[in-house]
Amino acid sequence: MSSSQRWAGVSAWQQWRERTVLRALFFCALISVLTTLGIIYILVNESVHFFAEVPVLDFVFGTEWAPLFEPRHFGVLPLVCGTLLISLGALVFALPIGLGIAVYTAEYAQGWWQKVLKPILEILAGIPSVVYGYFAITKITPFLQTLYPETEVFNAASASLVIAIMVLPTIASICDDSIRAIPKTLRDGAYALGARKSEVIFQIVLPSALSGILASFILAFSRAIGETMAVTLAAGATPQITANPFVGVQAMTSYIAQVSMGDVAHGTIEYQSIFAVGLMLFLMTLAMNLLSQFIVKRFARKYE
Amino acid sequence: MIHTHGSSILETRNLNIYYGQKKVVRNVSLRIPKRTVTALIGPSGCGKSTLLRTFNRMNDFIDSFHYEGEVLFEGSDIYRSRTDVTEFRRRVGMVFQKPNPFTCSIAKNISWGPRINGYQGDLDELVERCLRKAALWDEVKDKLNDSGLALSGGQQQRLCIARAIAMDPEVILMDEPCSALDPQSTLAIEDLIHELRENYTILIVTHNMQQAARVSEHTAFMYNGDLIEYDQTSKIFSQPTEKLTRDYIVGRFG
Repeated sequence: MSSSQRWAGVSAWQQWRERTVLRALFFCALISVLTTLGIIYILVNESVHFFAEVPVLDFVFGTEWAPLFEPRHFGVLPLVCGTLLISLGALVFALPIGLGIAVYTAEYAQGWWQKVLKPILEILAGIPSVVYGYFAITKITPFLQTLYPETEVFNAASASLVIAIMVLPTIASICDDSIRAIPKTLRDGAYALGARKSEVIFQIVLPSALSGILASFILAFSRAIGETMAVTLAAGATPQITANPFVGVQAMTSYIAQVSMGDVAHGTIEYQSIFAVGLMLFLMTLAMNLLSQFIVKRFARKYE
Repeated sequence: MIHTHGSSILETRNLNIYYGQKKVVRNVSLRIPKRTVTALIGPSGCGKSTLLRTFNRMNDFIDSFHYEGEVLFEGSDIYRSRTDVTEFRRRVGMVFQKPNPFTCSIAKNISWGPRINGYQGDLDELVERCLRKAALWDEVKDKLNDSGLALSGGQQQRLCIARAIAMDPEVILMDEPCSALDPQSTLAIEDLIHELRENYTILIVTHNMQQAARVSEHTAFMYNGDLIEYDQTSKIFSQPTEKLTRDYIVGRFG
């Protein structure tokens, strides 16, 4: 008797199932790709109309942004400046504190503390951004005004601080993961040379975790650039080029939100301008994400 | 018999080690003479690595670790002495199972330990001297600023030995230093151990009995937490007293 008689072959049902699973999963993947392509298409398509009227160089290097009133100016630099002022301001606070939280949770926190710290950070990540914006206007700005009375009602510093709080969980969680991923053998090697704990952490572990730490910084920067609601509420709508964090500015996202919610007619130059700004924003975050991937590859160390 | 001329450098007295409830080393009393190579052999889980890591208190990082008895280094109890633990670790260096160079240059791998511990001398000179002692100088002298991780496994392990030597320790603990290496690199490390025995006391845990026979003067055989036999390596391998030792040596188990 040959064994073939005791084993049924692969059934038609099994073959059908394998093919169907593959198709279904491919369809899921396809949705994300198509969405991305669709968004890029719309951004580019509307921007093309915009750039037919406003020269690209005037847009990218222009220093005056007055799209809604005559005489119109479409120089995007004030918006870029507002975005960068707020984002970089946020990072100044968020990077050291986020990394500090990660070092603490990964290396020092023990028992009860360690168990509550991470969930609290996750709650922070779950708060809607409009709540953060409100918090900025009603609490942070008055606080800033007590420190520095010249602070305007809408100001970049308030937006920076609230965004710093918003991106803390991202930074802390990614840094925490990358610190924990450093193998114990490396720490053992350092301790065996008579090193103390802080020397091991700051001189051996953190440099080895550099790729993850840098990636978290860039991701946080991306998020800060893209954040809309809190920035719109806290920083206001005054497009201007300034390094003073205590005055109102307008971020790129705030402008888009402002125009989208207003009654600007489709097809007008004002309407198209939000796509040009959106495209610019998209290119900036895309560049950040590519940079982050490059850094992860460049600095990643192989541990077995 | 092990003749300890004068004082032994490392000693355990009635040492019991526990991980939580589990007793992993039972009542071990052992004297390691100065400037010798001592091999710790025995099947997996017999407690030899745990015993080795006790000598520079690397078990401190394991929460459930506790012990009874005494562990002496140069006559003073390393767990009860008031001397800082980092001081003992400086004088009792360690080389690990897998090469673990730091994420920095070859030179900095070696100079880091001395620098944080307040070494006063010339670091460049120290780097060269240690790399020469570890028989690595000729291979890396032109790329001292390259990453230590760019070296081959065998070179990385010699870098780790050079790094340990840089602290000017009296003892070097080696925890299966060749288990992740190819035969060629293993040979290089064994040659190095032969060189180093003149200046250092070396304790080596190994699964490889030929290696124990080749590199050590004394061998301690452990089984299930007990120290079964401890004697001249030649005696252990030619005419062991205990039947258990003989069975292990000839490969009947383990």
